[in-house]
Amino acid sequence: MNLYAASKVAYRSLRANKMRSILTMLGMIIGVAAVIAMVAIGAGANERISAQIASVGSNLILILPGSTTSGGLRSGFGGVPTLTMGDAKAIGKELPAVRLSTPSVRSTAQVVYGNQNWSTIIQGVTPEFFQIRDWMLTAGRYFTGADVEASSKVAVLGQTVAGNLFGEESPIGKVIRIKRVPFTIVGLLERKGQSPQGQDQDDIIIVPVTTAQKKLFGSAHIGTVGVILTQAVDGESVKEAENQINELLRQRHRIGPGQENDFSVRNLSEMLAVAEASTRIMSLLLGAIASVSLLVGGIGIMNIMLVSVTERTREIGIRMAVGAREKDILLQFLIEALVLAVTGGAIGILVGVGGSSLISLFAKWSTLISPGAVFLAFGFSAAVGIFFGFYPARKASRLDPIEALRHE
Amino acid sequence: MGIPAIEIENLCKTYRLGEVNVEALRDVTLTIERGEFIAVMGPSGSGKSTLMNLLGCLDRPTSGTYRLDGDDVGILPRDALAGIRRKKIGFVFQGFNLLSRMTALENVELPMIYENIASSVRRARALEALRSVGLLDRERHLPNQMSGGEQQRVAIARAIVNTPSLLLADEPTGNLDSATSIEIMRIFQGLADERGITLVLVTHETDIARYSKRIVRFRDGRIIADDPVRTP
Repeated sequence: MNLYAASKVAYRSLRANKMRSILTMLGMIIGVAAVIAMVAIGAGANERISAQIASVGSNLILILPGSTTSGGLRSGFGGVPTLTMGDAKAIGKELPAVRLSTPSVRSTAQVVYGNQNWSTIIQGVTPEFFQIRDWMLTAGRYFTGADVEASSKVAVLGQTVAGNLFGEESPIGKVIRIKRVPFTIVGLLERKGQSPQGQDQDDIIIVPVTTAQKKLFGSAHIGTVGVILTQAVDGESVKEAENQINELLRQRHRIGPGQENDFSVRNLSEMLAVAEASTRIMSLLLGAIASVSLLVGGIGIMNIMLVSVTERTREIGIRMAVGAREKDILLQFLIEALVLAVTGGAIGILVGVGGSSLISLFAKWSTLISPGAVFLAFGFSAAVGIFFGFYPARKASRLDPIEALRHE
Repeated sequence: MGIPAIEIENLCKTYRLGEVNVEALRDVTLTIERGEFIAVMGPSGSGKSTLMNLLGCLDRPTSGTYRLDGDDVGILPRDALAGIRRKKIGFVFQGFNLLSRMTALENVELPMIYENIASSVRRARALEALRSVGLLDRERHLPNQMSGGEQQRVAIARAIVNTPSLLLADEPTGNLDSATSIEIMRIFQGLADERGITLVLVTHETDIARYSKRIVRFRDGRIIADDPVRTP
């Protein structure tokens, strides 16, 4: 008996017991739908994290001053301002694995415009910063290298600051006072939303690093910077970039072999990858729990197939008498189980996809249906059909034809 | 006349029923020539059903040999026996044994499905078989839409569709009235006379047995008589 003939027989016998077939399929439908919905929720959460990673900037490496080693008592990191403007420039220019680099100084300050005032973070950087963070404008322009050279009093605003100081009004060209120093606003940044740590990334004013150092913060160590932000050429070269930065800074800071670094290099995407991994585990767990219902569905199939074999003992006997081999009978019942499982699986996929869009619509959870999960669920349901259909089918194929023919 | 269709020598079949061994067939020796039409008679429990099961390759003997067309089939494994049933043997049962969800045509096609015959050929041959039993107009009917005689004719069509050399009929008229029984027996006679099919018929009705050419009587698992039928 070929597959086509076997499928036709299977389809027919399933149709003859409609209610029973539908109920059996329901087990598979629920199982597959649950797996798809759970995996979609997990993948949605994962995607949100990925989006946050992208909002921070891709392939980002952070260089902090001071020592971070835990052994012994050290002047904690950030304690000694060891990084300089020269370091930042050298990293950006000399290292092949580094695409861009910017020094950064940060501090909070009171900002005044007209009768409005607002306390926010002032960050002094070079124009490379906007590229590193992949931060677009909604209006105006970025400040330029010339602005940095000249320590111009220009600023680019985050959306939160703009909203608080200007409301609906356009801030471009307006003058605000930061620590009583007047700054002209040249650009308005697009909204970035929350950082992975939950901070409002839009509550910020970006100014040229030189201006911040000379006009705002008046550092005791002129020419030093808080951190250096760098971006590796691509994902693969992040590690390479880290090594090159280490080497270059050790050389520039004249650190001999065996001596501790006076800076530390951190890979931000790596830190976020940890968060990503934890959501992946969560989605795996959800999927695993949902798989249990698939298993239960499979047991339902096995149950109904056993009943079916008993009921159709005489039919099996007749088929054997006219010359069906063991494998013909096996194939017939196996295909029947497979049709139950796969049809249930296909409907389950539809229900799962529909269900997860309902979840994201009403519960406002982001869900993501991946084709991989759909294929996997479908393949899994077929596997369940074969696995749980095999025992009943084998039982049918092993019947004694004489006994089977006598069966009432 | 060449090799006989069936050669049975010292055939024994013993069943175990709980603690006791039941000797259903004891040392049976029988030769049936090709194209012979023979009737097997005997009270219930005499071993005639066991003989039919063995002849039909549904079962294997405990001892002794069974040669079908010269081949020793008593020792073959299950799947090989299925192959012999499919190619060489047709069954007609007392209870018709049609598949209730299939039409007459589909029932007749069933043995050919296991032969992997192309569907167009299958159809043509099934229709031909139905024509030969006079049921061409009933091909689309389900078994429960047909009379007993019609159902049995479908069963005969199914039995002959793979052009078997041996046709086994186990009380084929047991569920039929006498007029229909005569119709069915005429068909069997025709198959034996015109197609040269070897036909073994189990019955306990002497009237039915008289359609054959030779009557073998069983009692307690042994042959007690083997006589040709005298045509009046």
